[in-house]
Amino acid sequence: MDSIQYLDPTTQFVLFSILKVMLVFAVAMTGVAYSVLVERKVSAWIQDRPGPNRVAPFFVEFIPVIGPWLTRLGIFQPMADGLKSFLKEDYTPSYVRKVYFWLAPAIACVPSLMTLAVIPFGSTLGNAANKMVIADLNVGILYSFGIVSLGVYGIVLAGYAANSKYPFLGGIRSSAQMISYEIAMGMSVVAIFLLVGDLNLSSVIQYQSGGLHQWLIWKQPLAFVIFMIAAFAETNRLPFDLPESETELVGGYHTEYSSMKFALFFMGEYAAMIAASGMMVTLFLGGWSSPFGSEPATTMLGGLIHIGWFLAKVAALMVVFIWTRWMLPRFRYDQLMDLGWRRFIPLALANILVTALIVAFTHK
Amino acid sequence: MSTKVVDRAPLTFYERTYLPAILGGIKVTSKHLFNTLVKGKAVTMEYPEQKWVVPAGYRGAPYLVKDQEGATKCVSCQLCEFVCPPKAIKITPPGPEGQPADRANAEKMPQEFEINMLRCIFCGFCQEVCPEEAIFLQKDYSLTGQSREEMIYNKEKLLKLGGTHAGIQKWKHKLEEAQEQETFPVAKK
Repeated sequence: MDSIQYLDPTTQFVLFSILKVMLVFAVAMTGVAYSVLVERKVSAWIQDRPGPNRVAPFFVEFIPVIGPWLTRLGIFQPMADGLKSFLKEDYTPSYVRKVYFWLAPAIACVPSLMTLAVIPFGSTLGNAANKMVIADLNVGILYSFGIVSLGVYGIVLAGYAANSKYPFLGGIRSSAQMISYEIAMGMSVVAIFLLVGDLNLSSVIQYQSGGLHQWLIWKQPLAFVIFMIAAFAETNRLPFDLPESETELVGGYHTEYSSMKFALFFMGEYAAMIAASGMMVTLFLGGWSSPFGSEPATTMLGGLIHIGWFLAKVAALMVVFIWTRWMLPRFRYDQLMDLGWRRFIPLALANILVTALIVAFTHK
Repeated sequence: MSTKVVDRAPLTFYERTYLPAILGGIKVTSKHLFNTLVKGKAVTMEYPEQKWVVPAGYRGAPYLVKDQEGATKCVSCQLCEFVCPPKAIKITPPGPEGQPADRANAEKMPQEFEINMLRCIFCGFCQEVCPEEAIFLQKDYSLTGQSREEMIYNKEKLLKLGGTHAGIQKWKHKLEEAQEQETFPVAKK
């Protein structure tokens, strides 16, 4: 580690950024793979099934007790799933619009990964100059909203490119849904920034780092609820998975996709869920700070503990995402629009107004 | 036909907040999650390890049986071959010079007895028509093989899979009757 100090600050910054990018990407991709597993397991348990419990590399059976237990938990399933996606035939139907057909999966996957760049996943690792966030933007939340809204292009493009009626309907639904919930989502966050007074996500966490009672979820419960429901709609999760809706649109926008192209949509969806969970944790649940209150870490261990808190909170929210899927039936299209435009937008506006008034009268 | 108008009360404010639906959803899902995870009440039967109990009278694969003394019961009458609707059974009779039956008083036994398990429809006609109680539909339902040839079960395999059947031993009784004729009480006088 000593040799790093002799490099000039710019080189150090670049090196650390590359390291952080790779780390976050690796963790996010592992997170995607294992949230698929958690999804399958939790779904199975809720439906009285054991879930995936067979796949294991050949050597696992020689590990006593732990090996079979891990196999029962399906720990090795994501590897098999990933391998399967790579080995499947990548079929391109003859009637698709080829360029867009190839472009859409990438466009669907990239924005959700880019959002992760501004989410602070830890305080520091001892050295105060190296914040545990890839890009410590002053306009963090604006950036993330800008990028998240690009996510809809992937889906709309997929629906258009497939040149068949069900993906097309999925694409149309998606664009309408994401545009309407984007507004409610953005408005719900305004109240947060009225309280914090800064758009930088690190400052938002600093504001909440005093402990459980300081978390913004208590000060802005309405904003949290609106943000969370909007996040469900943005990530196309049930009860708002209208662009996909297997039962009516046979898979919606990705009907015509197979193999790794389909897997990219899938990864994009789960990465978007992770990003949305990370955003909720940052905005409402204290980010990397522990529920007992914490300062930015001064040691390596402290920094790792903070990262651990962040990951634990994200994982908990992911379980909420997954669980909700089996709680509620899918919304009808008009109900979805009604909820977005006629309930959440006025509520979010009222929330901004009330918060602004309180801030105006108390803040001196 | 009369029309019945169903009274649909408008949703109350509480119902329109979706809260009852969400609470109901939480209740149902957590109940099932708890039952599966904690009580281990998953309904799935994990097949190769766990198998279902085959009920009595189940019509599985037809196998040849042996009698209590380990002798072949089949006498190669070929009734099952003739009755078999999909023509799955093929019997090779011993012929005049063939091997004699491996039990007393029975005239003959098949030289070869083949059932093509890919053709068999498990109808049970062979069991019904057999005058010797030599073939029975047993409880095997999962027959697998790597080739078509492997799925044609021969006499040896059928007898091995069929096991022993504790039914009547027709020819043994015939023999005993015949022997009793020799020592009929009248002769004792």
